[in-house]
Amino acid sequence: MSDMLHVSSSPHIRSKITTDRIMYLVLLALLPATCMGIYLFGIPALVLILCSVITCVATEYIYERLMKKPVTIHDGSAMVTGLLLALNLPSGAPWWMPVLGGVFAILVVKQLFGGLGQNIMNPALAGRCFLMISFAARMTDFSTSDSVTAKLVDTVSGATPLAEIKSGGSYDLLSMFLGTTRGTIGETSALLLLIGGIFLVVMKVIDLKIPLTYLGTFAVFALLFGGHGFDLGYVAAELCGGGLMLGAWFMATDYVTRPVTVKGQYVYGVILGLLTGLFRIFGGSAEGVSYAIIFSNLLVPIIERLTLPGGFGIVKQKGGKKS
Amino acid sequence: MKANSPAERLYNGIIKENPTFVMMIGMCPTLAVTTSATNGIGMGLTTLVILTLSNMMISMLRKMIPDGVRMPAYIGVVASFVTIVQLLLQGYIPSLYDSLGIYIPLIVVNCIILGRAEAFAGKNPVIPSLFDGLGMGLGFTIGLTCIGAVRELIGAGQLFGFQILPESYEPVTIFIMAPGAFFVLALLVAVQNYVKGRKAAKGQPVPESSCGQGCGSCGNTACSGKKL
Repeated sequence: MSDMLHVSSSPHIRSKITTDRIMYLVLLALLPATCMGIYLFGIPALVLILCSVITCVATEYIYERLMKKPVTIHDGSAMVTGLLLALNLPSGAPWWMPVLGGVFAILVVKQLFGGLGQNIMNPALAGRCFLMISFAARMTDFSTSDSVTAKLVDTVSGATPLAEIKSGGSYDLLSMFLGTTRGTIGETSALLLLIGGIFLVVMKVIDLKIPLTYLGTFAVFALLFGGHGFDLGYVAAELCGGGLMLGAWFMATDYVTRPVTVKGQYVYGVILGLLTGLFRIFGGSAEGVSYAIIFSNLLVPIIERLTLPGGFGIVKQKGGKKS
Repeated sequence: MKANSPAERLYNGIIKENPTFVMMIGMCPTLAVTTSATNGIGMGLTTLVILTLSNMMISMLRKMIPDGVRMPAYIGVVASFVTIVQLLLQGYIPSLYDSLGIYIPLIVVNCIILGRAEAFAGKNPVIPSLFDGLGMGLGFTIGLTCIGAVRELIGAGQLFGFQILPESYEPVTIFIMAPGAFFVLALLVAVQNYVKGRKAAKGQPVPESSCGQGCGSCGNTACSGKKL
């Protein structure tokens, strides 16, 4: 009977979902693409990934110790940032590039805004864009050593399939889907990224709203404005090429920088698709996913404000005024 | 220091109410032209000359200018000096004229110059106004040169056009582009606030605002609105 007296106030039912669990599931989901990157590009890719992850975790630890804040490196978010940043680098990048990008991502983009949950844009992508603007030549140099080239199915050396398509060349859809092609460390294999994404959906870490509206809008845009007529092969190649799969499944769905409202997530996906199409087809470079995502991240507060759901029982009148 | 003495005005402009790092005014040229230390010092000195001259002129005319039209009158004075300086620069230092470009005529609407005219020169005698202009101008020059030097050093590996860092250093070019201006400005302000905070913690006197009219119209953040 005495147990009855010890009733705490609500909540009584607690979910098992924690930040740690979500982050480690994301890491697990990225594992296939990471392994593919290491298999394709060899030891240099592994070194870059390690440099990036260690830098991100160390930066977070040092900053939080210096600022006398609770140390949060165990939640895995810095590891996810580090891994995503490394997957966005070309395999020929020197070791100091992930270090610089990682420090920028964690220190400036994440911690200075208040740490996990407060950053206004995806730290990994902001780090990538920082490097992209600073070292454009190195970031777009996808030439590989001979031992790596042997594993690839490319006919033309030095260009990513996406750049090939942009300049009117041919492409091999199967190799783009499987990943035996040029690109950054983690973006080559659409198949493995898709497996990772579906794993996250099954584990209920993300849902399909953002990835599907993003990819769908982009596909329609590419079909309409790609200049290839009704060529589904071209659309499929655009979908598999570059960082689109990585961005749509792993970075656009970032909890911190996506809208929280349901309607807002659809709007966000559509904006992402339109911007990516615009940058890729009409822009100067072949790739536009990272800029599209960080640009849309900045629009999130506006999207959320415009798609705020009405209170229960409040009727919207014809004039648009709420009574 | 006695209020409005030359030394006090200089100290006020350079340290206590530094337009770049404390008052955060005149941000347009601060962010736009500081791609190198040379540009920073050029812009700073140009503004210094115009600010000093316009402060003097406005202070002399302060009893003649009717209150209702003081803004157009100030703008007229400032624009005349800007035109003179612009033509002199074009004639004698064309390289600086080219690199500063549109930002020379834009000095007419520079916040610092109108701000000093409104806040100081329009109410005070000529000599303090002259030193107020000099102090503020020097503060602005120092601020711009610091930002320009850091950006040039990281973004190009140079300082005043001379190669400082070894050839093997790969410049982080984002620092001489627009985002770099924001990064460096924020960094320098943060460092300065940190030093100020340490001083306050040690019990040393913190430079205090001379506003006295409440914090609403005051740009000085040193007191954090505590005097309100």
